Amino acid sequence: MPDTFFYALEVSLNGLMAGVMYSLVALGFVLIFKASGIFNYAQGVLALFAALTLVGLQNGQVPFAHLINAVFGTSIHGFGWQLPGIIAILLTALVMVGLAILIERYILKHLVNQEPIILFMATIGLAYFLEGLGDVMWGADIKKLDVGLPQGISDAIESTTYEWFGYGFFIDRLDMVAAVVAALLVASLTLFSQYTKYGRALRAVADDHQAALSVGISLRFIWVLVWSIAGFVALVAGIMWGSKSGVQFSLSLIALKALPVLMLGGFTSIPGAIVGGLIIGMGEKLFEFFIGPLVGGATENWFAYVLALLFLVFRPQGLFGEKIIERV
Amino acid sequence: MNLQDTPQDNPMTAEGYTTPDGRKIGGVLMEMRNITLRFGGVKAITDISFDIREGEIRAIIGPNGAGKSSMLNVISGFYVPQEGEVWFRGRKRPPMKPYQVARQGIARTFQNIALFEGMSVLDNIMTGRLTLMKSGILQQAMWWGRAEREETEHREKVEKIIDFLEIQHIRKTPVGRLPYGLKKRVELARALAAEPRLLLLDEPMAGMNVEEKEDMSRFILDVNDEFGTTIALIEHDMGVVMDLSDRVVVMDYGKKIGDGTPDEVRNNQAVIDAYLGVAHD
Ligand SMILES: Nc1ncnc2c1ncn2[C@@H]1O[C@H](COP(=O)(O)OP(=O)(O)OP(=O)(O)O)[C@@H](O)[C@H]1O
Ligand SMILES: [Mg+2]
Repeated sequence: MPDTFFYALEVSLNGLMAGVMYSLVALGFVLIFKASGIFNYAQGVLALFAALTLVGLQNGQVPFAHLINAVFGTSIHGFGWQLPGIIAILLTALVMVGLAILIERYILKHLVNQEPIILFMATIGLAYFLEGLGDVMWGADIKKLDVGLPQGISDAIESTTYEWFGYGFFIDRLDMVAAVVAALLVASLTLFSQYTKYGRALRAVADDHQAALSVGISLRFIWVLVWSIAGFVALVAGIMWGSKSGVQFSLSLIALKALPVLMLGGFTSIPGAIVGGLIIGMGEKLFEFFIGPLVGGATENWFAYVLALLFLVFRPQGLFGEKIIERV
Repeated sequence: MNLQDTPQDNPMTAEGYTTPDGRKIGGVLMEMRNITLRFGGVKAITDISFDIREGEIRAIIGPNGAGKSSMLNVISGFYVPQEGEVWFRGRKRPPMKPYQVARQGIARTFQNIALFEGMSVLDNIMTGRLTLMKSGILQQAMWWGRAEREETEHREKVEKIIDFLEIQHIRKTPVGRLPYGLKKRVELARALAAEPRLLLLDEPMAGMNVEEKEDMSRFILDVNDEFGTTIALIEHDMGVVMDLSDRVVVMDYGKKIGDGTPDEVRNNQAVIDAYLGVAHD
């Protein structure tokens, strides 16, 4: 009996860790939604694109190599370098800023004052464009990502918990790193938004565009800033996920789980995104563990969506979202 | 004396003048030349010219729908006129976005109040100083020395404005919870925080009770007096306008029907007709 208890505990801990991934994607989404009201369908693909770029840069892959070779009959494969993880990460962060600038200049700028649904459609287009671009630039094969994060089960935790409880917990070291990094990320985003002038400008724009303009804030600059931050958050998510299961295109599917997370946490709440991700991560693992066997398993495919549906019915503003009040 | 329509004919363009209460008014700070603004077929402003002088309190009055707010929006860059020129500090201004106008030292308030409702009073006023903050994005992100020092300096200035407008007791309150009169005051504080060359106030006293109006009048006079800020304001309450302003532009149906000192305007037949609702031909 206690073994079942400990096993369930271990399952929920692992679920929490998986939830961190959902939280990270949802976090990038909330940032953009809060600032601009744009429902950014491409957030998950941003993570994929960031991870692909990171691997490519780190391993000295030549972008568009396949295309170049096909057109010019060459056979280029790589620059032949191997960058240290941290350098590759910094370079990728710069690429994400560049991407934010391009998105602002070639998409958002032309869509100001459009209906939200138009902007949403634009981000769907962006998602598929980026997915295709990632494919053409870096190739569609599954890639191994190793930026030097610890891998494997933590022996220390296993042996300590075995000594204490007579049950050794299997906790992935990478998951623990992911949790710590996510916590640091949220803390620094909060500090940035509360105490710096750009953070204040971001909050101002999120609150009232007209007033923001009147105090001299350039909305175009803010869009670039917020997409850069979202791109950086996507990069962090891409690193964690890529280190764990390789960089592959199915990431954009996992990223879809961010949607139920948002319905749970509310579209405008950063704590909501985090807690929502954790609840869904843990909930779906526990549900699969206890209820799965009774209903034939594979509950992880739908549990999150059903939970989100329940929330939509009973608490449409999410756990932490502001109460939705129609202004008359 | 100066009900002429074109600034070129304006006898006061060169030097400036002294007000009855002895304040020195300087040269032209802002000049609107033959501004016309249309919304589709509706002409909100028709060929209006006037100037605003350094250190002056300039009022724009007129019945509802006269085009007063539209004029303020043209000055602050929210509306782009189809015709006419805007001159600021002796230079013709190219078409500008509102945020660029703000960075030139023109701050404003809105008729319907545009505050950051979810942010505290203090944070709202701090946003007024964004254009004055110099440290770059990386310094800010890393909270390097300069960013921190800057924040402290600006906080001190903002605290002075808070004292000045007597809103210490609500410093930390989210603006959304404040009553209307205090919101108007916070909006003024945010505009003042930018240390503007020109302050634009769209009906700063609308919807206030007598006592609140008196407070607001006093603040406006004090701002002009202590900081030498040039102010252009729209106001419906005639008593207030007559008390506060040095010169008044009168608009009706998008046209300028009067321009001069409060006394001159009060005795202008076209103005009297407009306010008494005499039929237009
Ligand atoms: N954004 C806009 N789009 C279309 N028409 C507008 C717009 N802004 C103003 N107008 C029109 O321009 C005219 C002048 O409006 P404006 O708000 O400038 O008047 P006002 O003098 O400020 O009136 P009030 O005293 O009621 O505030 C009105 O006919 C108004 O309907
Ligand atoms: Mg108005």
